[in-house]
Amino acid sequence: MQKTLRLYWLALLASSLAAQSAGPLTVDAPQKIVIAKGQSASVKLHVKLAPGHHTNSNTPSEDYLIPLRFTMQAEPLVVESVVYPKGHDEKYSFSEKPLSVLTGDFDIIVKLTAPATAQSQMHVLVGKLRYQACTDKICLSPKTVEVRLTADVR
Amino acid sequence: MFAAVPGLLSLMSCATTPATVDAAASVKPVKERKKAPEFALKDVDGKVVRLSDYKGKVVLLNFWATWCGPCKVEIPWFIDFEKANKDKGFAVLGVAMDEEGWEIVKPYLGEKGVNYRVVVGDDSTATLYGGVDSLPTTFLIDRDGKIATVHIGLVSKAEYAKDIAALLAGTSSK
Repeated sequence: MQKTLRLYWLALLASSLAAQSAGPLTVDAPQKIVIAKGQSASVKLHVKLAPGHHTNSNTPSEDYLIPLRFTMQAEPLVVESVVYPKGHDEKYSFSEKPLSVLTGDFDIIVKLTAPATAQSQMHVLVGKLRYQACTDKICLSPKTVEVRLTADVR
Repeated sequence: MFAAVPGLLSLMSCATTPATVDAAASVKPVKERKKAPEFALKDVDGKVVRLSDYKGKVVLLNFWATWCGPCKVEIPWFIDFEKANKDKGFAVLGVAMDEEGWEIVKPYLGEKGVNYRVVVGDDSTATLYGGVDSLPTTFLIDRDGKIATVHIGLVSKAEYAKDIAALLAGTSSK
């Protein structure tokens, strides 16, 4: 039983070390973070979007557009904030006005807090990055990339 | 969410790719056309719409979504096509791929003054048509219910007008 649990734990850790992707967007495996109980720490999610594609920023310029959004069930840790990169305005053949978009590589910063009551151990947390990408001619269906990160609470 | 574009291309039995959409605008000869898959989906009034309901008509079958910018550009064109050709045996049929369904699609149709029939599709509809993941994707279906051409992505209104005229006239069909 213990061996099975150890293998499961190792598999989880291994999966947290690999880049995750869906469609034209990839998230590099985030670095392990160390958090002292009662303290906070930030983790950087490095995102790469394939050339020719753009994704809406977290604050799209039009109501009908789907924003970039990161969510995470972080228990027993707490997500304090998610800081998205500022979108840049770009004009496309299908839009009358410039749209607030992200292209190329960008970072999302997630700040986590470990409550004083949290157990001292490694926690594998699973987050979801939802995005909707387009080119100048097509739009892809909304996609979700699963992001695993390891938090060492001490 | 959906399957990839290659499945859709095999349905078309041609070498079209998104990068060559503009060059692949003309309708295929009849012998190269494949039967358009049948489906049954509900319209805004809850009535079941089947592709076979359109037997004998030229159908512009447009997969779109409210969050799709390029799709918004085409909607006024399709309104014009419906208005100009509905008495000539032509119909536009929209398949909205919004996950939220009618809650978001219905007000959008009113806002845009859409005069053609729209149904809400899902993953299985997309799979039926070879895996529609890129929007807009538009199939032009001939009077025999066969796919004459597909446009993946935004193309020109003139391109559609040319294809519709050819299919209504029965030209490019040998």
